[in-house]
Amino acid sequence: MADALRVEGVAKRFGALTALQDVNLHVGRGEVLGLLGDNGAGKSTLIKVICGFHRPDAGRILVDGIEVVLRSVDHARSLGIDTVYQDLALVNELSVYHNMFLNREHRIGPLLNNRLMRRLAEEHLREMGVDIPDVTVEAAKLSGGQRQAIAVARSVYSAARILLLDEPLAAMGAKEATIILDLVADLKARGDVAIVIIAHNYAQALQVCDRVAILQQGRITFDRPTAETSVAELTDLMVADYRGRRRAAPG
Amino acid sequence: MSVVVDKPRGPALARRAWTGFIRRREASVLVVAIALVVYFQASTPLFLTTDNLRNIAQATAPTAIVAVGIVFLLVSGEIDISVGMVAALAPYLMHYAIDFYGVPAVPAIVLALLIAAGIGLVNGLITTRLKVPSFVTTLGMFYLLYGILLTTSRAYPVAVPASAKGDVQTWLGAGDWASLSWCLLLVVFFHLVLTRTRWGLHTISVGGNILGATEAGIRVNRVKVGNFMLVSTLGAFAGLMEAFRINSIDPNIGGGTRITFTAIAAAVIGGTALAGGSGTVIGALLGMFVLAVLQNGFNLVGVSANPFFLIQGLAILVSMIANQYLSRLRRAGGS
Ligand SMILES: Nc1ncnc2c1ncn2[C@@H]1O[C@H](COP(=O)(O)OP(=O)(O)OP(=O)(O)O)[C@@H](O)[C@H]1O
Ligand SMILES: [Mg+2]
Repeated sequence: MADALRVEGVAKRFGALTALQDVNLHVGRGEVLGLLGDNGAGKSTLIKVICGFHRPDAGRILVDGIEVVLRSVDHARSLGIDTVYQDLALVNELSVYHNMFLNREHRIGPLLNNRLMRRLAEEHLREMGVDIPDVTVEAAKLSGGQRQAIAVARSVYSAARILLLDEPLAAMGAKEATIILDLVADLKARGDVAIVIIAHNYAQALQVCDRVAILQQGRITFDRPTAETSVAELTDLMVADYRGRRRAAPG
Repeated sequence: MSVVVDKPRGPALARRAWTGFIRRREASVLVVAIALVVYFQASTPLFLTTDNLRNIAQATAPTAIVAVGIVFLLVSGEIDISVGMVAALAPYLMHYAIDFYGVPAVPAIVLALLIAAGIGLVNGLITTRLKVPSFVTTLGMFYLLYGILLTTSRAYPVAVPASAKGDVQTWLGAGDWASLSWCLLLVVFFHLVLTRTRWGLHTISVGGNILGATEAGIRVNRVKVGNFMLVSTLGAFAGLMEAFRINSIDPNIGGGTRITFTAIAAAVIGGTALAGGSGTVIGALLGMFVLAVLQNGFNLVGVSANPFFLIQGLAILVSMIANQYLSRLRRAGGS
C-alpha cells in the first residue's frame, strides 16, 4: 500500500535563503515519524509546505500515492492534513472553544452552534485530561501549556489522517507532555493516522516515534527506525555537525 | 463543568452582577449615555420631548450606520476614511442613473449601493494585494471620489428625482422615524453577524492574530476585502438616507470627513479597539448616541456649539483611557 504521505525532492527558498533542499520523506499509516534538527534547520518550513501554507519551489507531495498540489491550508485540510503550528495559531480575543473550532465551526443555519462547540470542547479537553475549568474564557488568559493543549486538541480531534505536530511538547510540564505523548500513542494505535512530530527532547521523541529523521541546514541527513538508534547517537550527530561547522569556519 | 457553586446572595450577587457588567465592553459608554440623558433632562424640560428625541435620532442614525461598518473594519485590523465621500457620492449616482439614463428609482438605488460596494472592493484589493496601508489607500480614495463628485456634479445640489419621491423617499429616510428604524435594524443584524456568525468570528481572528488566522486556513484577504465592501455599502446607504431626509442631493452630505471621523469616534468611544481583534456594534451605536446627545443638549441648554468639539475630543480620550482601565479590570477580575 502507498505511504499516507510522501515528500519528494522538495525545496523552499525565502529570497536568497534556501530553507529546504531536496527533502525526501515518507510516513505510513499508523506510523509516527520524529523530525529532529537544530533551530533554523527548516523543520517548521517543511511542515508548512506539507500543510499547504507555503508553496514549495520544487518537488512533489503525494498523499496516498497520488500527487497533490496544495493550493491552501484549507485545501490540505480537505485532504485530511491537519497541523499544530509552533506558534499555536490561537486568537487571544476568542474564547477557548471558539479557538478549538476556528475555521471548522459547527453551525445551525448561518448561526454558530456555540452550545455544541462548548460541549465538545469540554468533552475533548476532559478526555485528554487537560485541566481548563472554563472554556468560555479568552485564550489570552491561559498559560503557555494550556494554550498548547488547546492547539493540540483541535487538531487531534479533527479526524485528520495526516497529523503534523510542530513542537507540541515545547511548553509542557512532565505530566502534560505525557498526556500528549499518550494521545499520540492512542492515535498511532488506531492504525489509520500518519503522524509527523517535531521535538527537541530526543528521549521523548524516541518514546513514541517509529522512525527518526534529522534535518540539517535544509537537508535530511539521517532517517532510521527508532530501534536502530539511541539518544546518545542522535545527540552525537547534532553536536558533531556543530563541531564540524565550527572547525570549518575558524575565527 | 461539574463544580457545584452555591447561589450567590446579597453582596456576592451584587459583586457578580458588577463584574459581569464591567466585563461588557459597552459598559462605560452606557453609563455615560444614561448620565448625559439624566443631566440634560434635569437642565431643560425640552430634552425628553418627542420632537427633540426625533432630532437626536436623526442625528444619530446615519452616522451610526457608518459606524457599524467601521466597527467591522477596525475589528479586522483596517480603517476606511473614504466612507464619508461614498456617502456623498451615492445620492448623485442614483440621480445620474435616474435622470440621465432613465433607470427606475429602486434599481438606481441598488446600482448606487453596488457601485459603493465596488469602491470598497477596490479599497480592499489595493490594501490586501498591493500591501498599501489602508489609511493611505482610503486617503487616496477619499480625494479621488471627492474629485469625481465635484467634477460630475459641478458642486451643485440637485433635487431628489421625481421617480424616487413618494413611498421610496418616505421609507428610506423622509419618514419621521425611518432613519432610526433602519439604524436599529442594521445594528441588531450586524451585532448578530459579529457575535454569532462565522464571518464575525473570522473578522475577529484576522484582526486579533492574522498569522494564526492564515494558519488556521481562514482566507484573511477575503475577510478584509469583504469588510471594506461592507463599510462602503453602509456608507452609501447612510448617504442616500440623508439625501431623502433633507430632500436634496447635496455634495456636502457627510460633511467631507465629518461623518467618517464621527463614526470612528463613535466606534472608539463604544469600546472598539483600533488595533483590531475586538469591538462592538452596540457600543458604536451608544457612542454615536452620546455624541448626538452632547451636541443636541448643548444647543438646548444654550451653550454655544463651539466648545462641542472640545467635549468630543475629551470624550474620545476619556473613553479610551476608561477602556484601557476596564480591560485591565476584565483581565484581572471576572471568571
Ligand atoms: N516566512 C519566512 N520568510 C523568510 N525566512 C523564513 C521564513 N520562515 C522561515 N524562514 C527562515 O528559514 C529557516 C528555517 O526556519 P524554520 O522555522 O523552518 O526552522 P526550524 O527548524 O523550525 O527552527 P526552530 O527549531 O527554531 O523552530 C530560518 O533561517 C528562517 O529564518
Ligand atoms: Mg520551528
